[in-house]
Amino acid sequence: MESVLGRYRNLIILVGVLFLQVLGLAMQVKKSGNDEEKTRLIRIWAVDAITPFERTVVWVGNSSGNLWHNYFYLRGVRAENRQLRDQIEHLRLEQVRLAEDAAQARRLQTLLAFKEQFISRTVAAQVIGSSGSDHSRIIYIDKGERAGIRRDMAVMTSDGIVGKVLLVYPSVSQVLLISDESSGVGALLEKTRLQGVLRGTSNGEVVLERVMSDEQVPVGETVLTSGGDQIFPKGLPVGTVMRVGGGKDLFLNIKIKPAADLSKLEEVLVLVEKQERQATAEDSVRMRAADILAQRLPSVPDKPAGNAAALAAPPATSAASALATELKPENKQPPGTVAKPAGSTAPTKPAVKTPRGTGASPAAAGQASGTNPSGANTVRRTSPAPEPSKPPGTDSTAPKKSDNGGVAITETDTSQNKSAGPQKKSAEPATPPRDNSQPPPDESKPQ
Amino acid sequence: MPITYTSGEQVEVYRFSIPVTVGVPLLALFVQAFVPLRFPRFAVYLDLPLLVTIFFAMARRNPISGLLTGAFIGLAEDMLGHNPIGIYGIAKTVVGYGASSLGVKLDVENAGARLLVTVGFYFVHAAVYFTVARGMVNMTQTWSWSHGLLAALANAVLGVMLYFLLDKFKQRT
Repeated sequence: MESVLGRYRNLIILVGVLFLQVLGLAMQVKKSGNDEEKTRLIRIWAVDAITPFERTVVWVGNSSGNLWHNYFYLRGVRAENRQLRDQIEHLRLEQVRLAEDAAQARRLQTLLAFKEQFISRTVAAQVIGSSGSDHSRIIYIDKGERAGIRRDMAVMTSDGIVGKVLLVYPSVSQVLLISDESSGVGALLEKTRLQGVLRGTSNGEVVLERVMSDEQVPVGETVLTSGGDQIFPKGLPVGTVMRVGGGKDLFLNIKIKPAADLSKLEEVLVLVEKQERQATAEDSVRMRAADILAQRLPSVPDKPAGNAAALAAPPATSAASALATELKPENKQPPGTVAKPAGSTAPTKPAVKTPRGTGASPAAAGQASGTNPSGANTVRRTSPAPEPSKPPGTDSTAPKKSDNGGVAITETDTSQNKSAGPQKKSAEPATPPRDNSQPPPDESKPQ
Repeated sequence: MPITYTSGEQVEVYRFSIPVTVGVPLLALFVQAFVPLRFPRFAVYLDLPLLVTIFFAMARRNPISGLLTGAFIGLAEDMLGHNPIGIYGIAKTVVGYGASSLGVKLDVENAGARLLVTVGFYFVHAAVYFTVARGMVNMTQTWSWSHGLLAALANAVLGVMLYFLLDKFKQRT
């Protein structure tokens, strides 16, 4: 007997080790409901062994990168600045149009007693690691239980949703990406309003399931969250339809290109608090979730103080949002004219036609006069100037602005590693709006 | 000096210092978890923990230490993911045992042999993982020969370079 054991010692140990692992695996599979609690401790060991290195490398990489990009490599910054200013002007005009639609939607929602979901607080986090395996599409973020993160919280970027929090450790969290095959997100198509379930595949693609094969789904259509999963609020961008093919069981096989680049995530926002409340027409205009997220990401550089007033236009007090609150049916004007700015006490100038034929606010038009790329139009500013926004990375109260999709942010906590200041609960503007009867000298001059 | 005799030829058995024994697998796990954030294709094709398992198993030429090394590295890799713990553990245990058993019988010091051994064990690893994941955990797994071949070759090429680097840490017993 001893000689047999001695001869097959290696094999016996192999079988023993394999048997133990199979047993452990079988127990986890059997208790799939609450196995996370059982395996949590050993997962913590592994995470604790790896994440400090990852955190250090990320910190060193970011610090050196920031030093280089913010202090040395500033080539093309002026040109980019100019380009961005032009883009802001363009977006402001677009914003006014959208604000009008949003206000109308809000009134309709009020009539129908709709309940809206608002993103009330988010926590910015840095991606510090992954599972390292293509069989498990997860990432690790540098915020955990101590930062108020809990299981099943939504994770997103300014571009779109990323995934949900799967496991929470004291200072680290594990996020399941939407491209993982075990994930599922309620989604709907923006124009056709068809609903489906977003799932990942084993090769890392994202598909929309449960859309009947007799439906017409155009390629390129935007996919939004439907809110049906109780994790993601309704209306967050998910991605666009890349390919539509025949699936099995009378359903279409719709391949989605995620709006957020899941392969190159650096910073994400975790939705730690959301509110549900009745829509009211009196509400001031709220900002779209995606817009706020774009402003709050820590990677976005601070705006120069001199330009802050001109550039940053949180819609809470911007002419666009003020305009939206004023957009009662009797105040509506035909496109191509400028509406009277809200809160304007001084006599305003006559309506001025905008060059693009949109119902732009005077503020937007005023801004356009200074930096319009065409340079052909001269419009006096007649509205309050937008308030300067807080730089990203600080706790701030997000401005209020209406949202067509019913998702809005009322407060954002973007506390990175260092910032954890008191949060403002009020949506009042940080600075009073500028007197609109006194146009800024540089912008009032005709060109 | 402990020497294993195979067909009359002496095969040397190596050992490693404790920092190398602990640090190299940890470093491999760290790189495997971190690099895909910058280079997403890395995790799709390359499996550094597997290469480290094969190297240690072949160098030590002891099936028990080989399978235990594989089990520990595999289990640690499982813990970083969200799937049930043990799938990588089982696959790498088999690889560790196989590589150390092969190391006793073959000269695995030259680059050609190492290339072939790595390609072979990549497929062994993939086959065991595939079987356990589908058979026990009911995970959806798709097998692609083109992807498998490409990944095996990529791992083998990286492995050969990595093995020569890790040879520096070998200590004769």
